[in-house]
Amino acid sequence: MCLAIPMRVLEVRGTGGDMLEPPLAVVEAEGVRREVRLDIVDRLPVVGDYVIVHAGFALHSLDEQQARENLDLLAMMAAGGDETR
Amino acid sequence: MENKKDCVTLDHGSGGLAARELVQEVFLSRLNNSRLAPLEDSAVLPVANGRLAFTTDSYVVDPLFFPGGDIGALAVNGTVNDLAMRGAVPLALSLGLIIEEGLPLEVLERVVDSIAAAAETAGVDVVTGDTKVVHRGAADKLFINTSGIGSIVEGVEISPGQVRPGDGIILSGTMADHGITVLAEREDLGFGGQLRSDTFALNHVVAALVEHFPGGIHALRDPTRGGVATTLCEIAVVSGSSMEIWEERVPLNRPVAVACEILGIDPFFLANEGKCLLFVDPAVEGEILKALHRHPGGKQASLIGRVTDGEAGRVVLHTAVAGQRLMTPLTGDPLPRIC
Amino acid sequence: MKHVDEYRDRELVKSLAFRLADQVKRPLRFMEVCGTHTMNIFRFGLRSLFPADLEVVSGPGCPVCVTDSADIDVCIAAAENENVVIATFGDLVRVPGSRGSLAESRARGARVEIVYSPIDALELARAHEDKLVVFVGIGFETTVPTVAAAVAQAARLRMDNFCVLSLHKVMPPVFARLLAGNHQLDGLLCPGHVATIVGRRAFEPLALDYGLPCVIGGFEPVDIMQALVQLAELAARREAKVVNAYPRAVAEDGNSSAWRLVTDIFQPVDAQWRGLGTIKSSGLAIRDVYAAFDARRRLDFETETPAPPSTGCRCGDVICGRCRPVDCGHFGGSCTPGHPLGPCMVSSEGSCAAFYRYGEH
Repeated sequence: MCLAIPMRVLEVRGTGGDMLEPPLAVVEAEGVRREVRLDIVDRLPVVGDYVIVHAGFALHSLDEQQARENLDLLAMMAAGGDETR
Repeated sequence: MENKKDCVTLDHGSGGLAARELVQEVFLSRLNNSRLAPLEDSAVLPVANGRLAFTTDSYVVDPLFFPGGDIGALAVNGTVNDLAMRGAVPLALSLGLIIEEGLPLEVLERVVDSIAAAAETAGVDVVTGDTKVVHRGAADKLFINTSGIGSIVEGVEISPGQVRPGDGIILSGTMADHGITVLAEREDLGFGGQLRSDTFALNHVVAALVEHFPGGIHALRDPTRGGVATTLCEIAVVSGSSMEIWEERVPLNRPVAVACEILGIDPFFLANEGKCLLFVDPAVEGEILKALHRHPGGKQASLIGRVTDGEAGRVVLHTAVAGQRLMTPLTGDPLPRIC
Repeated sequence: MKHVDEYRDRELVKSLAFRLADQVKRPLRFMEVCGTHTMNIFRFGLRSLFPADLEVVSGPGCPVCVTDSADIDVCIAAAENENVVIATFGDLVRVPGSRGSLAESRARGARVEIVYSPIDALELARAHEDKLVVFVGIGFETTVPTVAAAVAQAARLRMDNFCVLSLHKVMPPVFARLLAGNHQLDGLLCPGHVATIVGRRAFEPLALDYGLPCVIGGFEPVDIMQALVQLAELAARREAKVVNAYPRAVAEDGNSSAWRLVTDIFQPVDAQWRGLGTIKSSGLAIRDVYAAFDARRRLDFETETPAPPSTGCRCGDVICGRCRPVDCGHFGGSCTPGHPLGPCMVSSEGSCAAFYRYGEH
């Protein structure tokens, strides 16, 4: 129930609060572009951020720092560190 | 035509003057050759000894035009490829069109231009044809059927029955390009130009391989609807053999992979219109690969797996992350998913 | 793809598989409750990397598989109304109700359009002013906010030909139903993107009320394997706590603004689950203030009582390991992939569908 893909923000539009222009981001991955809605994203992304896209909406702005830590933890765990203590 | 109408009308299908003008103006001007020109009820072809391959296919793709090709190019390449998959050299094509009343003439002309260009590239003539026009709504713009005959040189035996354990399995290039391109275009998913259909006539490269590697090619199949997965499963069942496939070796364009991830569709299930799976004698698989790489139709050819001596019909996929699972045929139309 | 390829690293998956084998010291059974976990475990062939003593059961986490046949019949009734256009995610089109599926209705002439986003359904409504577009809202906490945003926009634009047939469901109540009474589960792999919306903390009651270790996992192979390693560690110590193993997408309190929008537009309601019957306040219905966008009020479906789950459907027990697919009286007889009674048979990777395909039946 939650097929969602991280994509990079190229452009942000319509976040000026104008009622009729919905908040949008143009996102991209490997040259494939999409327009996604920002109505429900937790933190408004800036160009260069990554957002998780589900059913045409950005659900979450990925935090680069968090992502790097996440990867380091994984590598450590795979090497034998116990992560849940 | 002085009273140049801008669209196809029921008159064009009536067999009367308007119909004859359409054939002259749109078809003969583009597809002209000595056998078609007389517009006889049947074209007559000399029959060499040996065997004749015969195939037919209908094309109802929507939209009619898409990046990388259109219904006209598909209609020629699809049927030419079906002949090539039995090692046959295409001799002649037939062309049948069912046109919805109101189709702009300009659209029909563009399609027939593509048919002419594709036939010329494949080096085969359209020798006979037919056009029918139906009431608005009775067909979706344009349907095309093409049939093809081809000659099979003595001693060439290419069919699933020839597949043997140990055979190398080669895919002639990247998969899913056509299927994802048409889906994205039809559903107007706005993927921004990175996707292109791979429609392409494979008869020249197949003819070259058959000639240089006599007996080296056991079976060929173009993985159109249902994709590479369905085709592998079909061949495994028909040939009573088992297979192992390595996902890492299956060529896939990055934008196609991303579009499939976004839509939740497995690229192994999407149609290809310019690729084939080759089941080859392991002794010459390396040479065949090199030959393919030298040809426009095989630049990214890759050895993706091996026929094994296991349970008939069983296709095992070694995934890119060192997992393993059974490959299954497509059960229904691949549709965008959220889950 | 950045933030994807790193989590599909072959060597990392292999070393996590060894770690998993070390951690699983006795037979363990985990339940994953997300269709996307089910699909990716199958797609990447991860089951072949699980140690023999580890069983991972597919729970009722696929929104399509839990949609009751009575609800499918309601969608078909709407589709047969000729001034209605049904807009639906592709997942739902082939699932059978008691008299066929939406795909069959479309073949008989009903207007059924596949959409990728609720926003596409709004576009459809704009393009067909003479028709009433009914968007079939399926999905759990991850998808509901996107539908709420579409309803909010339709309200802002005062669109009168768009409404939602809400079949949405939420996770917590179904756990209560499944885990009440004895269950043979040692841990729960929890859905990452549901947690992206509701937050890690929302899963605490599961660990406390049922004494079950819970790990919130992402969906790439590395995410799934490392979540299972952590779950196995907790299970070994029988430690009932909720670990967030998907920190790049899940925060302590999730995306509260998205969930607030959901609670503005939807309210809890009892819902029918295929094979599990009615579960109290497990569904979401559109609030009165947005009645104009509620398909159940825009179209008068004769309120035929929902078909009771056929007696003897034991999907709940299969999921919780209280019985195996073959122990269910319907398995292979009145319940087959072609005519599925419960979610375990609808989902191509549900326990019963997988057993039917590979097992001896």
